[in-house]
Amino acid sequence: MATLTAELPATATRPAKKRQTRPTWKTVVIVVAAYLIAFFFIFPYLDMIITALRPQSELRSTSILPHHYTWSSFATLWQTGLGTNLKITLMVAGGATLLVLLVATPAAYFTARYKFRGRLAFLLLVLVTQMFQPTAMLVGIYREFLSFHLLNSVWALILVNAGFNMAFAIWILNAYFSSIPKELEEAAMVEGSSKMGALFRVTLPLAAPGVVTALIFTFIAAWNEFIVALTLTQTPDKQPLTVAINGFIGAYNIEWQHLFAASVIATIPVIVLFALIERKVISGLTAGSIK
Amino acid sequence: MSNATAAQQPAGPARVPSLSVRRKQSLRKRLAHGFGPLLWIGPATGLIAFVVLWPVVVMIRTSFQRVSSFGAIRGNNGWKNFTNLFDELAFKGVVERTVIWVVAVVALTMLISLALAQLFNQSFPGRRITRWALIAPWAASVLMTAIVFKWMLTPGYGLINILLHDVGLLKNLNSVSADPLGKATTAMPWLIFVAIFVSLPFTTYTILAGHATIPGDVYEAARVDGSSRWHTYRTITLPLLRPALTVATLINVMNVFNSFPIIWAMTHGQPGYSTTTTTVFMYILKGKDLGESAAMSVVNFGLVIIIVGMFLKISRWKAEVE
Repeated sequence: MATLTAELPATATRPAKKRQTRPTWKTVVIVVAAYLIAFFFIFPYLDMIITALRPQSELRSTSILPHHYTWSSFATLWQTGLGTNLKITLMVAGGATLLVLLVATPAAYFTARYKFRGRLAFLLLVLVTQMFQPTAMLVGIYREFLSFHLLNSVWALILVNAGFNMAFAIWILNAYFSSIPKELEEAAMVEGSSKMGALFRVTLPLAAPGVVTALIFTFIAAWNEFIVALTLTQTPDKQPLTVAINGFIGAYNIEWQHLFAASVIATIPVIVLFALIERKVISGLTAGSIK
Repeated sequence: MSNATAAQQPAGPARVPSLSVRRKQSLRKRLAHGFGPLLWIGPATGLIAFVVLWPVVVMIRTSFQRVSSFGAIRGNNGWKNFTNLFDELAFKGVVERTVIWVVAVVALTMLISLALAQLFNQSFPGRRITRWALIAPWAASVLMTAIVFKWMLTPGYGLINILLHDVGLLKNLNSVSADPLGKATTAMPWLIFVAIFVSLPFTTYTILAGHATIPGDVYEAARVDGSSRWHTYRTITLPLLRPALTVATLINVMNVFNSFPIIWAMTHGQPGYSTTTTTVFMYILKGKDLGESAAMSVVNFGLVIIIVGMFLKISRWKAEVE
């Protein structure tokens, strides 16, 4: 193995280098355009990070980049009580993700393996909920949770986020389960495994990429959710990060440096997480219409 | 997902006998436990019923109820909530603005995404990393993106204002023209810009997925025939991209119509009602008269149903699950 890898570059680099030294004009134009566009798309988030690192004295300066950088906004952030909001966000996103996996996995598995009466009706229902958004039925959601005395509760946010994001998980998992041959489970059962044992030891591990995609997608969606949380939570100690950050804007004296330190915490982790599943998301979002 | 389907194919022929065995087993099982399927899909159905379907019922019921300003139900209100809504002075403008909002954002998003997908479909050094940068507005919360843009448009020291000032497009950093969100004529274009900005990644990726379904030999044949590049694009690429384009358009219409955080964070629908869409109007009414707000929701929901119907018609969900 060692000799192989040592030899490879010597033979492989020469033609590659030749190609690199003479790029066509077309390639140059494409590369420059692509990098400019890439910069354009991360530009607001760069300004978000830079503002969070600006010392307070330079917040209103008209220089594009600050003269000094400081982490103090992140350090003092926790005195504003935002730690509680971060905890709420983690509970909502974690809880919703767990609930979605618990509920979507059996449904996706069963609809992928068996034809039964009501199967198409169920899948149609799932598809319809995927297109619905909580915004459209906000008044109904508010009145329902009011009548169940679940306003200002983490549980309400977990339930709503799970309900509206479950469809994506069912589509992704259904596609994975259908692609795994039944014979694998049957072979495990011949070897003495129970039906459940075969599901847990054979099928689920093979569907792991689908499970991870569903997990990350639900987590991000619940993490970013704003309008339901804005409607259902009433006191600052029950609000997730998005609502708390929005609350900064309404304040008499906007603490921009804290607002952006909190925004960085709310934004950068999900961008990194999303990059992991980027390739699989489209087929789930379009219910397999394009893949 | 392509490797998933590939894995299924070789198992095809061997599948026939085992399928009948399984059928028999599952039939016996179903007879034994008549509620078998319910055990597996019941929790999912229950969650949908509780969180998605029941709110629709409550919402429609509320739209016919008289609700006090403290939220107490004061009996039946007939169609009064709806007539009140249609009689609102701002209503006509809000509806017109919503149409402009949805059409402008979706049409421009589709056009720009077609160009972006064309670019990112080429192979060039750095494609992976540049495509990766493209997902940032998609992954980030729309609210955060809206807040950053509001910050960059702050009069006096917002970054976009500073840049416009540096290139000479903005004379005075503290003038009225340095506060585009405070003026009706400039606030809406900026909101549309931000909405397009956050819609581009999903749309571009969907069109890129569409590009991936077009086999390479089609282009080979066109080249042999001596077809020009633009002609090839119009007669081959665009028609073959149609499924991707229709799905992306419908999902975008749904997202943009329901879009709330951008407008709420940047302008709250102000100045006046000049940036209020029906979704934002529903939210503003919620603080004044819950019944009338429910009526607005029902009107919005009617449109949502139409979009869903179109999506069901064009999406290939049935072929996917059969």
